[in-house]
Amino acid sequence: MDVAPKLLDMVWAILIFGAVIVGILGLAALYEKRGGRRAGWWFLGPSLVLLAIGLVYPALRTLWNSFRDAGGGKFIGIDNYTTIFTNSDELVVLRNTVLWTLVTPFVATAIGLLYAILVDRAKGEAVAKAVIFLPMAISLVGASIIWKFMYDFRDPSGGTAKHPIQQIGLINQVIVWLGGKPYNFLLNSPWNTFFLIVVMIWIQAGFAMTILSASIKAIPADIVEAARLDGVGGFEMFRYVTFPSIRPAVVVVLTTIAIACLKVFDIVRTMTGGNFDTDVIANTFYSQTFSANNQGLGAALAVVLFILVIPIIVYNVRQLRASEGR
Amino acid sequence: MMAELTAPDVAIDGATVSSKPPRRTRGEIAKKGLTSPWASLVAVILAVLWTIPTAGLLVTSFRPQLDINKTGWWTVFTNPDFTLDNYKQVLDTSQSSSLTPYLINSIVITIPAVLLPILLACLAAYAFAWTKFKGRNVLFVAVFALQVVPIQVTLLPLLTLYVKLHLNGTFWAIWLSHTMFGLPLAIFLLHNFMREIPGELIEAARVDGAGHVTIFFRMMLPMLKPALAAFGIYQFLWVWNDLLVALTFAGPGTATAPMTKFLFDLTGSRGNAWFLLSAGAFVSMVIPVIVFLSLQRYFVRGLLAGSVKG
Repeated sequence: MDVAPKLLDMVWAILIFGAVIVGILGLAALYEKRGGRRAGWWFLGPSLVLLAIGLVYPALRTLWNSFRDAGGGKFIGIDNYTTIFTNSDELVVLRNTVLWTLVTPFVATAIGLLYAILVDRAKGEAVAKAVIFLPMAISLVGASIIWKFMYDFRDPSGGTAKHPIQQIGLINQVIVWLGGKPYNFLLNSPWNTFFLIVVMIWIQAGFAMTILSASIKAIPADIVEAARLDGVGGFEMFRYVTFPSIRPAVVVVLTTIAIACLKVFDIVRTMTGGNFDTDVIANTFYSQTFSANNQGLGAALAVVLFILVIPIIVYNVRQLRASEGR
Repeated sequence: MMAELTAPDVAIDGATVSSKPPRRTRGEIAKKGLTSPWASLVAVILAVLWTIPTAGLLVTSFRPQLDINKTGWWTVFTNPDFTLDNYKQVLDTSQSSSLTPYLINSIVITIPAVLLPILLACLAAYAFAWTKFKGRNVLFVAVFALQVVPIQVTLLPLLTLYVKLHLNGTFWAIWLSHTMFGLPLAIFLLHNFMREIPGELIEAARVDGAGHVTIFFRMMLPMLKPALAAFGIYQFLWVWNDLLVALTFAGPGTATAPMTKFLFDLTGSRGNAWFLLSAGAFVSMVIPVIVFLSLQRYFVRGLLAGSVKG
């Protein structure tokens, strides 16, 4: 075990980094003493340099590469993009990404909203919320393992009458208890994509619940009280008071989850590896770039991902502007 | 009873509604609504559904290896048999399947990858919030927009760059990547918090002759504690749970790879070794869950302030 050198590396990194920052600020202070009036640039400098190297340059480079062949050499125009939108494998990838991005946000938000309303001001609200919220704290890899175990399938034909094969995945056991046949959840397209989506819903419902719960609590009490006194209750309260008040938050939640789904990678990679027609853009990007050595196609996929994110963000920002303007 | 409420605006406008006399006492009304037994039942069902998957794997992680593959974890309620062997095995450093080196790597990766972007973003956010220079607004919008860039777009060119600089496979590649990817959100969040500090305070200090460096350290940092905690826990969970950056930039074997990569590899190579997977998964979850539960308040605040990162 080489624990000590690693920890030492870490401490050194922090010290070196701290020294660089202190040095820059020292220079900035000196500069200010001499009457310099543009101290802001000293504060911004380190971040701007890193952003330029780490985000701006690579993004432009990828855009450039997306018009080149597998090795990144020859210019081939829009061929990579044509492949993405015509090749039958790639079309499945696009279909799955669309499914993820459409299904997950609405289901997760609906569940989160329902739960937020149900537990609002109920006894033990904090604990009830933590239960739904906890999946947010664990890694997507961990969540994938949890659900792979839920979906585990044992072929029942291998057992004997005396020693029948026992299911160890809960969902298949429930099916058996109900008199059904065990089902291999991750194998059959297109349903397997939905079973992967369930994992994301399981995670994102907590996010939706938290944001929506906070905005429900922010509804002015006198509005709710006034409606109550007027005899409004139950579903009408939700339809005419709660929902209109939290609409901007719902939009933010929907779009945020949609973006997370566009980029979904860990779940697909861990649970199926993109096999059995479950592949999505972010995963096929990774396979093409780092396993299949098809840089050009990988770059084009990354660019498509980028382009797909933009309209969602624009819509989100517009909605925020509109609600602030009111 | 709803006849008079035809449009949402009527209900929202408290003045028009509250002029009517109450029809029932408040106590009666409070009992009605969504806090009915049915509502509680639905909430409990959801809570149970949400807990079962994790609980199942947790129970499994304490069962003997042979039992796990023979019977379902729910049989422990009738046939209890528990062991710590699975945890001993994943933590035993003499085993090849040991998780411990990766646990160390996760820690070594996470601490600088949280501290670096926080420090840098503090400085940048201060410049955007409280100093004046040409092109400030344009630059700020540009940084804000960078939050949208999917990190996939950056991976291959960054990798090429790291190889050229001989940083590939070192912790530096991972630290720097997480720092760069975390900066746009961090700058945006901290800027928003800083703008809420009254401008007169800064002005007064400026008039007294304090430079920006002094103001930053003496006034800003102490006031920013909640904001720093909010972003810190956000970034912590992001880095600790990350797989994509680790897969791309971590070296082979135990050199720099974090736990997520180890668990990912394990699902690929030994997907049915549930005794290892279950215990390993829970070892990787313990720290984020503790951090999360103890700092939940700040995390929620961070979430509410902005969440388009990726």
